[in-house]
Amino acid sequence: MTVRVYVPGDAGATSVGADETARAIAQEAARRGAPAVELIRNGSRGAYWLEPLVEVTTPAGRIAYGPVAASDVPGLFAADFLNGGKHPLLLGPPESLAWFAGQQRLTFERVGIVDPASVADYVAHGGYEGLTRALSMTGAQVVQAITTSGLRGRGGAAFPTGIKWKTVLDQASAQKYVTCNADEGDSGTFSDRMLMEGDPFTLIEGMTIAGVAVGATQGYVYLRAEYPHAHRALRTAIAAAYQAHYLGPDVAGSGKRFDLEVRLGAGAYICGEETSMLESLEGKRGEVRVRPPLPAIKGLFGQPTIVNNVVTLASVPWIMVHGAEAYANFGTGKSRGTLPIQLAGNIKRGGLVERAFGLSLRELLYDYGGGSASGRPIRAVQVGGPLGAYVPASQFDTAVDYEALSGIGALLGHGGIVVFDDTVDMARMARYAMEFCAIESCGKCTPCRIGSTRGVEVIDRILAGTDGERNVKLLEELCDTMVQGSLCGLGGMAPFPVQSALKHFREDFRARTRQ
Amino acid sequence: MQTLNPGDTATVRRIVSELKGRPGPLLEVLHAVQAALGFVPAAAVPLVADGLNLSRAEVHGVVTFYHFFRDSPAGKHTISLCQAEACQSRGAGALADHARTRLGVDFHGTTPDGRFTLEPIYCLGNCACSPAAMIDGRLHGRVTPERFDALIADEAQRP
Repeated sequence: MTVRVYVPGDAGATSVGADETARAIAQEAARRGAPAVELIRNGSRGAYWLEPLVEVTTPAGRIAYGPVAASDVPGLFAADFLNGGKHPLLLGPPESLAWFAGQQRLTFERVGIVDPASVADYVAHGGYEGLTRALSMTGAQVVQAITTSGLRGRGGAAFPTGIKWKTVLDQASAQKYVTCNADEGDSGTFSDRMLMEGDPFTLIEGMTIAGVAVGATQGYVYLRAEYPHAHRALRTAIAAAYQAHYLGPDVAGSGKRFDLEVRLGAGAYICGEETSMLESLEGKRGEVRVRPPLPAIKGLFGQPTIVNNVVTLASVPWIMVHGAEAYANFGTGKSRGTLPIQLAGNIKRGGLVERAFGLSLRELLYDYGGGSASGRPIRAVQVGGPLGAYVPASQFDTAVDYEALSGIGALLGHGGIVVFDDTVDMARMARYAMEFCAIESCGKCTPCRIGSTRGVEVIDRILAGTDGERNVKLLEELCDTMVQGSLCGLGGMAPFPVQSALKHFREDFRARTRQ
Repeated sequence: MQTLNPGDTATVRRIVSELKGRPGPLLEVLHAVQAALGFVPAAAVPLVADGLNLSRAEVHGVVTFYHFFRDSPAGKHTISLCQAEACQSRGAGALADHARTRLGVDFHGTTPDGRFTLEPIYCLGNCACSPAAMIDGRLHGRVTPERFDALIADEAQRP
């Protein structure tokens, strides 16, 4: 008899020892002989403080233990963990953990559960049902379903996905493209990475549905070079999908073609901006394009192109299977569906929470996150990456949805929340925002290229006590110029963390004696 | 500008001829050159330009735009320390200071014995296990200064 043991191969899990744990389990199992152990390297379920989270399949379902270090493995065998035996690390069925109980996992329904290298396992868990549905509909019907679902771009810009697809569908062009923006560069975000590593077929299926719907035969995943684990997972999955004829000249026997390949970025944050990403995909410097024309009309190689984020495309199969209305029933106001929220930084229980829009920051930070990891009070959170505003504790009752956050001058972005305790120096964080913009600016427009460098200098003068008040005013004016005058969101939004730090944490912008 | 040795010249030519038929091939070519040679030598730029029917300026412009491409060889091991916000909230700054002192080099520097190159990186997607570091493509989380020293010692053991 063979016992299935799951040890995540997710990059985050391996960063805290999952490979060593997997090796120790294989060795201990071989040493003991029976029963035989089949090791599956699944994705992470997103409870990172419990990684490496090991699961065994028992007659009563999957039983979890965690966090399991390699040195814990002999003890686990001695406690008969292969049969769900009692041990201090025993957590029980993973679904019963409080962390998962309240979650609404739609897009991430299979992440951490399936074998990310196996088409058969994917299909066994409902995979490719969405494509089958889509192939029985017209392109216009599929696009209408996406529009009705209310799905908006999860990369940060939150543009209605259905409208984008409709524009591409309506173009008469011999060649159209579906491109996936997997240049997940925002600090505090890792949902794209988790999905690509834990359930890559969902992304592949979503892109295939998009291609079939709008008449695009070629897809590209633009993946950041900082994600070598995701690169391997995607390449493995794409090869498997070709082998099973879910990609290629005859997708699932439909007679329709869809080809897909991964292209690697090269460490430029700006390439997460869609027109810059298209330039990079064409093998050029990742400088942003002036819009119009929109990528949906003139995109990659001048052809009509869908550009969507990983999570956006990976939400499509669920919508096709369960229906647009079912998806739209989740959420609030104009923020429909669910969002995989990422809790990061100084947080006790960091990881991925997929929930319908509308829960509060406080619920996330304290109910899910358990407060700060350091045990000190949480002073600020940055929502939406390095271009997102800092939100003070007094605003933690704000709901996580696009409109509510923009109502307090913040933005949701890609759904990452980075937590800081009361030791944070907000003037330093503001300086970092400008510094980061200066490092990553593509250089095309002056407010971003020069403004960010001047921003660092002005903050340095404030901290050095040179003409403090006058320089604070200058900084405010500079931020305004960048917001109004930049070509894209990098220069246009890099001032948001600075402005919010000035607004909510003004006391930090004082002269320092010495750093 | 140094010239390429015949072996490396042949490698670059082979890469270009293999990839030039693909749409928008330049980044792919540069990735392959760096994978094969460890960096993108200035002397490879004219070969790539010629092979792809681009100007040298275009190729040079792309090489220098992207942080990932190196114009000189790295040390035997490349250590990238994440310096982005989530890692800062958990001590990435102090870890970077420790690494600089321990290795005796600043960011972008290589130790005199050629063993280690230290680089900053902006997000490794390991923000729930910060601070994060990547050593030769392997990701590490919750990296304390002590853990950093242990990782360095491990790498130094390897041939």
